[in-house]
Amino acid sequence: MAGKTLYDKLWDDHLVAENDDGSALIYIDRQLLHEVTSPQAFEGLRLAGRKPRRLEANLATPDHNVPTTDRSNGIADPVSRIQVQTLGDNCDSFGVTEFKMDDIRQGIVHIVGPEQGYTLPGLTMVCGDSHTATHGAFGAMAFGVGTSEVEHVLATQCLRQKKMKNMLVRVEGKLGTGVTAKDVVLAVIGEIGTAGGNGHAIEFAGSAIESLSMEGRMTVCNMAIEAGARVGLVAVDDKTIEYVKGRPFAPKGEQWEMAVEAWKDLHSDADAQFDRVVELKAEDIVPQVTWGTSPEMVKPVSGNIPNPEKESNPVKKEGIERALQYMDLKADMPITSIPLDKVFIGSCTNARIEDLREAAAVAKGRKVSPSIKQAMVVPGSGLVKQQAEAEGLHTIFTEAGFEWREPGCSMCLAMNADRLEPGEHCASTSNRNFEGRQGQGGRTHLVSPAMAAAAAVHGHFVDVRELELDSELAKASEVN
Amino acid sequence: MEAFTQHTGLVVPLDRSNVDTDAIIPKQFLKSIKRTGFGPNLFDEWRYLDHGEPGMDNSKRPLNPDFVMNQERYQGASILLARENFGCGSSREHAPWALEDYGIKAVIAPSFADIFFNNCFKNGILPIILDHATMDTLFEQTEANEGFKLDIDLDKQTITMPNGDVISFDVEPDRKHSLYNGLDDIGITLQQEDAITAYEAERSKRAPWLFNS
Ligand code: SF4
Repeated sequence: MAGKTLYDKLWDDHLVAENDDGSALIYIDRQLLHEVTSPQAFEGLRLAGRKPRRLEANLATPDHNVPTTDRSNGIADPVSRIQVQTLGDNCDSFGVTEFKMDDIRQGIVHIVGPEQGYTLPGLTMVCGDSHTATHGAFGAMAFGVGTSEVEHVLATQCLRQKKMKNMLVRVEGKLGTGVTAKDVVLAVIGEIGTAGGNGHAIEFAGSAIESLSMEGRMTVCNMAIEAGARVGLVAVDDKTIEYVKGRPFAPKGEQWEMAVEAWKDLHSDADAQFDRVVELKAEDIVPQVTWGTSPEMVKPVSGNIPNPEKESNPVKKEGIERALQYMDLKADMPITSIPLDKVFIGSCTNARIEDLREAAAVAKGRKVSPSIKQAMVVPGSGLVKQQAEAEGLHTIFTEAGFEWREPGCSMCLAMNADRLEPGEHCASTSNRNFEGRQGQGGRTHLVSPAMAAAAAVHGHFVDVRELELDSELAKASEVN
Repeated sequence: MEAFTQHTGLVVPLDRSNVDTDAIIPKQFLKSIKRTGFGPNLFDEWRYLDHGEPGMDNSKRPLNPDFVMNQERYQGASILLARENFGCGSSREHAPWALEDYGIKAVIAPSFADIFFNNCFKNGILPIILDHATMDTLFEQTEANEGFKLDIDLDKQTITMPNGDVISFDVEPDRKHSLYNGLDDIGITLQQEDAITAYEAERSKRAPWLFNS
């Protein structure tokens, strides 16, 4: 019998029952909750007279709607305020642990989970949010669910699921200086397309992935969903265990020893069979920039915008034409000549401490270009913010002309006050460049934190590899 | 959840691929804490010429005459045709809630994003996957014939065209069963309570650190 993939192992480990119709009941160890996709789930519980099955298996924090400016007067937008308040009320009345807006531990759910050690290897984990795949960086089966399933997990601690297929994305070799986890995952999406991983769990492997820090692995798994896969995974190694150790929710004492022993098996067996294998060479990956309205519309910074006339597939051709029109860009123009108005450094993809160091290494001693109307840095959590301030990163950013904000999702999806005006172009470290994602009529270009910072100081995209970086900071943020 | 057994309805063709959940229901409407009322804001940014915000009187807003769903001939449509990877993007169940509230009962496309596909079944909407050639025929027929309707039978797994041609489709047995009977998923799972309790007892021995409350 062939060996098992990491995904197979996690699946088998959480199988409660197999049904005749091919579906299975899967146990969910932990759930993360936020204000947008939970109110109707709590309401459903209440209407049915049900209670959460295991309170300690849930952790909540508001993130999508919270203001990133001064919070002492609460939330100005009444609709957002009600939603955040509703999360608070629901957590209080059901007894769910919540990091509220004024708690230093509050932040974007996908940053808070790992930071608290709530995310652990070997777990099954869900959240009413598609970027839940982030937690797969720890060798956990983590995926996004809709609100009905949030309610289902609250009530039963289980989900009815079909097993996905196994896909392996192997990136071998050494990434060049200035080439980050974000560039790796954008290159993967460019290669397989936004539907390439549909129906699959993607395991990211190979020496380039192993060499990434935990932060980098989270960035990669975070965007598995942009490649169509609900689940992204990286095998557990010493880095994983080192990262988890000592965090507030991590196991302690004897249980820690036992856990580490169990986690050692969380990798695909050497003879495991994958349904699909995609290979990339690390040396071929350069800094990436998206030019269109889908994450697969991506090019190297040195490239040009595609010409629809050269596309033979009529559906793709029309897609390119529509994107060029929406983005107000011309075929064949160099990526470096795209006009930019704003810069956003943040989101669950790139708002961890390492991302901020990477951006600060570029920003240090430089100034945001006068042609950029606004450049902001939004840390992923209160603790990331605290750490960055302890390292003096906020001073580097503010001296360079960046705004330094409070933690939350912010302009990643513009549900709070941070947004693009119609027609504005933004260099953004977030994960989606859909039409209107960062504000109606806004035009998003996805890049790494270093590339975003470089774009801010130059007023247009530049190849970050050509810049001189502050050596100390560059070292601190270097992929190790 | 409302059961889906058989449905005959007017068809509207949305000839776009990669229609994402931000397009289906823009984020400003996700601030609602209710499950209903999203219909008037379905495809808001394509449907209206102005910028929509919650609380606006949608009946007074300027419609985009170029958007297919605004054409007179498609008013009252309940079956949506689309292209590849429909529903990609976020996990928001507000997307099927908006479709359902608008009156869409079925979406037919060559492929769907996984989470959206799953969410449809939880909300009484039937997503149907057909091959590209059949999709092309449906798009052509819909556009060529005003008042084009389809008859969908979930039990038989067939779509009948006005000329009597029958297209069959696949649907997984468990999903079909729940949708056909409008079942409460949580109720079904709770029937397996014993298995869940047994699993928890065993897992708490293997991974006690997850059970320290
Ligand atoms: S940062 Fe963006 S992608 Fe991540 S959870 Fe928030 S809104 Fe979603």
